[in-house]
Amino acid sequence: MDVITQPWHWAVSGFLIAVTMLALLLLGKEFGVSSNLRTMCTLLGAGRRSDFFRIDWRAQTWNLVFAAGAVLGGFIATTWLASPEPVAISAGTTFYLQSVGINYPEGAGFVPAELYDLGKMIYPGHLLFLVVGGFLIGFGTRWAGGCTSGHAISGLANLQLPSLVAVVGFFIGGLLMTWLILPFLLPLLTA
Amino acid sequence: MKFLVYLLVGTFFGIVMTKSEAVSWFRIQEMFRFESFHMYGIIGVAVVVGGIFVALLKRFNIHALDGTDLHLRPKAHTYRRYIYGGILFGLGWAMTGACPGPLFTLLGHGIWTILIVIASAVWGTFVYGMLRSRLPH
Repeated sequence: MDVITQPWHWAVSGFLIAVTMLALLLLGKEFGVSSNLRTMCTLLGAGRRSDFFRIDWRAQTWNLVFAAGAVLGGFIATTWLASPEPVAISAGTTFYLQSVGINYPEGAGFVPAELYDLGKMIYPGHLLFLVVGGFLIGFGTRWAGGCTSGHAISGLANLQLPSLVAVVGFFIGGLLMTWLILPFLLPLLTA
Repeated sequence: MKFLVYLLVGTFFGIVMTKSEAVSWFRIQEMFRFESFHMYGIIGVAVVVGGIFVALLKRFNIHALDGTDLHLRPKAHTYRRYIYGGILFGLGWAMTGACPGPLFTLLGHGIWTILIVIASAVWGTFVYGMLRSRLPH
């Protein structure tokens, strides 16, 4: 059981993500989680406002069920398979994060309490941080036609040059945010 | 019943996302700061092994279990949408520490505020759909 509850080696994890993609391909589907966001728009009636959302959502039910499974998997992994150790972040990252007011996670600690605690949502800045982050994820993934699963894994595995361009974009955006914006924004939020 | 298999594959994926720590905001910061090989190892192995799977499926002309062709459609060869959209997604990924898969998995962890991020992501997708005809692709 220890083999399962301790954090998994990156090679094991990477292999199992590829197995997830293979399973969906053999089921006649494709591995792409962000498509669910579009289907949710359709379910909320966005088809009345734009052709882009006039899709047959029933053909996407499998993907919504897959996303529900991802929720369930998260529950199972934290409830019964949780590691007793906190995420083993490198000393350099820990040191930097402390300097901008983000403390090393206690317990499972997958997200910083300084940004994600429910109690923080009374502050407009904290609420706005999550709203803007989510908006960029939704707008960006649909503009790019996919996210990490659709482009970085499925697209690159299928040798798609457009997916490589998208992944380069992911990193340009991620590096800009991490190096130029967060070092100024995080101290404001955690002060 | 026919959807049960997708629930199982999704559950497997959620467990892998958690145990790999790919759902960790801290791991994503570490990745973008180049201070650990962990996330690069995960994505690198997934791409190489996934690439071998896809090559074998094509080489042996494997069909899906229901006999249909595999969903390996080539992506349209335009580039602006991929770079612009990609950059916006990357900004959001580094802020929230979550890409769409982990967004759902973190909900299963009981991180209730992730619902704010999910709702905003649905809103962002909607706004993209409204502006689509005016954006470069």
